[in-house]
Amino acid sequence: MTERPRTLYEKIWDAHIVEQRPDGTCLIYIDRHLVHEVTSPQAFEGLRMAGRKVRRPELTLAVPDHNLPTTRRVGENGARLPIVDPRSAEQLAALEDNVAEFGIPYITDIAAEQGIVHVIGPEQGFTLPGTTLVCGDSHTAAHGALGALAFGIGTSEVEHVLATQTLQLKPSKTMEVRVEGKLGFGVTPKDLILAIIAKIGAAGGTGYVIEYRGSTFDEMSIEGRLTVANMSIEGGARSGLFAPDEKTFAYLKGRPMAPSGEAWERQVAYWRTLRTDEGARFDRSVTLDAAEVAPSVTWGTSPEDVVPITGVVPDPQSFADPSKQTAARKSLEYMGLEAGTALSDVAVQHVFIGSCTNSRIEDLRAAAGIVRGRKVSPGIRQALVVPGSGLIKHQAEAEGLDRIFIEAGFQWREPGCSMCLAMNPDKVPPQERCASTSNRNFAGRQGPGARTHLVSPIMAAAAAVTGHLTDVRELMREGEPA
Amino acid sequence: MEPITRIHGRAYPLGLKNVDTDAIIPAEYLKTIKRTGLGRHAFEAIRNDPANLFDDPRFKGAPIIIAGDNFGCGSSREHAAWALLDLGVTAVIAPSFSDIFSGNAFKNGIVTVVLDQAAIDRLMEVAQDHPITVDLETMTVTSPLQDRFAFELDPFRRECLMQGLDEIALTLTSEAAISAYETKTRSLG
Repeated sequence: MTERPRTLYEKIWDAHIVEQRPDGTCLIYIDRHLVHEVTSPQAFEGLRMAGRKVRRPELTLAVPDHNLPTTRRVGENGARLPIVDPRSAEQLAALEDNVAEFGIPYITDIAAEQGIVHVIGPEQGFTLPGTTLVCGDSHTAAHGALGALAFGIGTSEVEHVLATQTLQLKPSKTMEVRVEGKLGFGVTPKDLILAIIAKIGAAGGTGYVIEYRGSTFDEMSIEGRLTVANMSIEGGARSGLFAPDEKTFAYLKGRPMAPSGEAWERQVAYWRTLRTDEGARFDRSVTLDAAEVAPSVTWGTSPEDVVPITGVVPDPQSFADPSKQTAARKSLEYMGLEAGTALSDVAVQHVFIGSCTNSRIEDLRAAAGIVRGRKVSPGIRQALVVPGSGLIKHQAEAEGLDRIFIEAGFQWREPGCSMCLAMNPDKVPPQERCASTSNRNFAGRQGPGARTHLVSPIMAAAAAVTGHLTDVRELMREGEPA
Repeated sequence: MEPITRIHGRAYPLGLKNVDTDAIIPAEYLKTIKRTGLGRHAFEAIRNDPANLFDDPRFKGAPIIIAGDNFGCGSSREHAAWALLDLGVTAVIAPSFSDIFSGNAFKNGIVTVVLDQAAIDRLMEVAQDHPITVDLETMTVTSPLQDRFAFELDPFRRECLMQGLDEIALTLTSEAAISAYETKTRSLG
């Protein structure tokens, strides 16, 4: 008897079933758990109140990122500088106390390896193909770039994983997103994922796990795949998967927490089996032609509100769905934009290059390539480059990227979530506009009243030097790497 | 968790689609280390408008929200569910919910009721002047105007809600199976 062909998702799911109930709910084993300061204090408090222990502390890794200021953390005398906001300080201190009390491995705020939780997981080799990985953060989907079934969970689930190393879950539906061909000049993985979200809608992936397939993704770097998988949740999908391949193995080999020696060989042999079988069925398939994707920008307050940079702000009347018409009108009012305005005429006052979506070395190199020899426009009040981790920052400095940014007028910061979510001092003031490499353009996301335009790192760099949303291709020479 | 069988009262006719978690509770308020006290910051941007629904005396304290597609999209912050609970909301009716939000809601005893857009449109009208009832026993949403909309709920979730079960305690009854799984798969140890 031959086995039924299975998708990659089904293979990982099946390998993690501890128990299955008649109604289809499964107890799923969780191999890896990342913890940060924001979504964990109430989970630890819950354990304490119930007198419960952490079942497998060594399978969890904690790091602070959301609240941390991205300014200097250590003073001249080598001592930690205080966190000014008392509530941030309290939450960060709670994490330190909790990891000490429950014996959880911890990367401190001043460690060289500190960074955004979704940057350090892959970087440390904590994220591995075929594992189940969770974190109290919706951008956990990022880790799917390495072939991990990774998804965001709420704090009750954080507590559940800490106590039991499992979750009670129902299987998801599967969606194939197939993209073939080469991305055009000046077009990046960020533009591609924005195009995918525009196509399926912000709720299009609800109930699904996406598998990204096709030659465009095969050719894509691990950094690019991390950007794509990261934003799966902006299309509604809790997880996005890439089948692990030679690039994945090359990326992971030698990382501190990845297996080594004989264990490495054994794991790679297993990882090679983690591919969707010929003939396996997806519940839904979506296809895109890579050549049709342009450098893109969001105009509204949902990540599905995407247009090419050569386009104009759409007329709300142009949407077929009446609820989308209402939403678009509200978005334009919030964004201070009028239908018909060319996106490239929209001035910005802030530029943010960072976040778990676009803060990796490849992103910084690409942005620096645009910035090199140019200056930040006088109309820009704040231009931040925030590396995703201390190791990336160090690497960028070794390559001289920091000098390029600083000489152009950017601020070169310490790693953290920074201006992505208005939880630390990096914010966009009310009614001001930001070209941002982050993942969400929700109303208020970068600060109350702040107006966010999501773009790729090179598009953010282009906006910084011109002072308005700009088609980055005008600043590039054909044939140069993007 | 308190067992729930029926939610009855006025409903905020919000109606918007893609109500995201940043709209429900902005990140600034996630700095708390407690679950309580978030209600006063719920929907802060909407409540900056003096004519907003949430402070309208007709609806104040309503236990139900009626919304558009994709309610709770965005972040995994359970603070969104805690903020609703603290506001007094124990049921949300919408055509669709984000996966993470509906899980968080359920774990806090908030019922997420999926109805089609036509039913939502009707309830939006009814809610202007009348209370609504969400009944887990009969799996219906009803109004005093004889409206009756049936909904579906995952049987496991329904049982947990109606019995007020502690999911961790439930999972820990599978301790032997978890240990057996760990013994079988030492690959990551």
